[in-house]
Amino acid sequence: MSEATAIRKSEATPTPQPGLQENLIEVRNLKMHFPVTEGIIIPKVVAHVKAVDGITFSIKKGETLGLVGESGCGKTTTGRCILQLEKPTAGDILYNGVNLNGLGNKEMSPYRQKIQVIFQDPYSSLNPRMKIREILSEPMRVHNIVPDSHARDKRVLELLNVVGLTPRFADRYPHEMSGGQRQRIGIARALAMNPEFIVCDEAVSALDVSIQAQVINLLEDLRDEFGLTYLFIAHDLSVVRHLCHRVAVMYLGKMVELADCDELFDNPMHPYTRALLDAVPIPDPTIESGRQHKIIKGEIPSPINPPSGCVFHPRCGLAVDGCSKAVPEFKELRPGHWVACTEV
Amino acid sequence: MTTLLEIEGLQTQFFTSAGVVKAVDGISYTVDQGETVAVVGESGCGKSVSALSILRLVADPPGKVVGGKIKFQGRDLLQLSDREMRDVRGNDIAMVFQEPMTSLNPVLTIGMQITETLQHHLGMSDEEANARAVELLGKVGISEPQRRLAQYPHHLSGGMRQRVMIAIALACEPKLIIADEPTTALDVTIQAQILELMKNLTREFGVALIVITHNLGVVARYADRVNVMYAGKIIETGTAADVYHNPKHPYTLALLKSVPRLDLPRQAKLDPVEGQPPDLARLGPGCPFRPRCRHAVERCARENPPLEQVVPGHYSACWEKSNLTSAGKPIS
Repeated sequence: MSEATAIRKSEATPTPQPGLQENLIEVRNLKMHFPVTEGIIIPKVVAHVKAVDGITFSIKKGETLGLVGESGCGKTTTGRCILQLEKPTAGDILYNGVNLNGLGNKEMSPYRQKIQVIFQDPYSSLNPRMKIREILSEPMRVHNIVPDSHARDKRVLELLNVVGLTPRFADRYPHEMSGGQRQRIGIARALAMNPEFIVCDEAVSALDVSIQAQVINLLEDLRDEFGLTYLFIAHDLSVVRHLCHRVAVMYLGKMVELADCDELFDNPMHPYTRALLDAVPIPDPTIESGRQHKIIKGEIPSPINPPSGCVFHPRCGLAVDGCSKAVPEFKELRPGHWVACTEV
Repeated sequence: MTTLLEIEGLQTQFFTSAGVVKAVDGISYTVDQGETVAVVGESGCGKSVSALSILRLVADPPGKVVGGKIKFQGRDLLQLSDREMRDVRGNDIAMVFQEPMTSLNPVLTIGMQITETLQHHLGMSDEEANARAVELLGKVGISEPQRRLAQYPHHLSGGMRQRVMIAIALACEPKLIIADEPTTALDVTIQAQILELMKNLTREFGVALIVITHNLGVVARYADRVNVMYAGKIIETGTAADVYHNPKHPYTLALLKSVPRLDLPRQAKLDPVEGQPPDLARLGPGCPFRPRCRHAVERCARENPPLEQVVPGHYSACWEKSNLTSAGKPIS
């Protein structure tokens, strides 16, 4: 911890630094539809799960974009599409202007180094049969970043130090470590490739409260130290508010709201965003007893057969007749604040 | 208010190859009728084991309740025969587990799982039990209850399954429900629905509730009293207001300070609890929180502080409890 903490810059709020205006990632009209098949011998496509259904956003260099929503809203699939772990049904993913969708495996290889991922579950994303040393040096060997094995060993110790672990962890197996320590290894593995962009898919969700804060601080320190760009996928809104510059809210494969972090939390416009914020309990009994809770009814509908018009209308308190017919346009209602709702 | 449940010096240990793990190490608390008590703590602090011990559901071996008393309406549950204990479970004390995916039987219909309890404990006939099951499913907010009876758990979403679990828990009108992380696996809007449901139902039926959770927000919204656990012991207990506004144990204070909050201005940095929770098989003398504590003094290494009263109804196990302010100490 010491190394990273020492380098920490005292930044009051995570506002993007001026001058860094170029887009690192551009996602245009991304669609990911998974086929649903019936029949064992001759599978027949009977429907599609519209996991991601036409979303557009960009991430600037050095920025952290938060992607929030509930299970099944398509936030993880969006991350996997950017990582090219899924082949999108339609749409473009531009990395520094290069469309990743058109690339073959060989051409994709350099981008696989630059784009890394930290997974949610530190228990299942590390190979239980490998020592930490092997887990961290394998990607450097495969991508030939550090060809010499002695230099690789040295780099492993450096990486452990950067994520706040002592060198003795190099000879341990994942099962000998706690959840928080494993997640630090997951972070070190991503850093091994000298990435520019990291997809953090629920990277702190599985951790205990006291450990979560340690890992959030580490992610922040590393962002400042190495100038990283994050896509921070999470369902915990208070963590997203702490860490992100801009926040996008997804519901059932669509983006419903996108704004600067403070703007979104101070002035949420989409009824779904408001409901989400209202559902988060605040750790203060006095505030809680005075709060009026408007709990939204019902559950997320199936993405196989999403509701017509606005996908949120069956659960929405503001819905009018038109909402079930026309799909609301994703409009910029205030500078930088985009909302897909006709009733705000 | 009459006392419903009285736990005295409960000790549950696991006998493993790595040594004896004192998962629950002498905890005492009471639950009054109709009251909601929260047990808060992080993974491995013994909060779930303490709940399982109440219902004598700790797997033996390797686990064993080695000491203490669990008095429910005056009877010590630890002295009951297995047969008598079976009558208590479900009938007097019911449990809602964390994982609605794994705690329902996947090969039985929803109807069978609810009626089983009713027929076993209340000796209802098939028709009576079915009618009651429909009524219960309606109470927990499940649409078309009649049709649901014939469905299997995999037909339902996570939130729906948790509603079914609550319906089963309510089936025999128990006096106490123990909910172990009832909403941890659920989405935040569904969590709000389930918690509201439990709150209304416990109020309607006058059921006491023990909620076990790691979510400090959930506790603040729903609990009357709070027990904070660390390393198998209750280290602070009091009303929710006392514990949140005036924490008297450095661990509680550190936990409250480590979570980002939506209602406060953004902080530059979070203030985490440094270090790792201790290994319960290798606890030395002294306070188990000492290695992570910013307020530790020399005495903490030698003697483990007992749970003592700070103000009436508010107890803390810390030598420095009277020197603690809500601001706490910054990282040194």
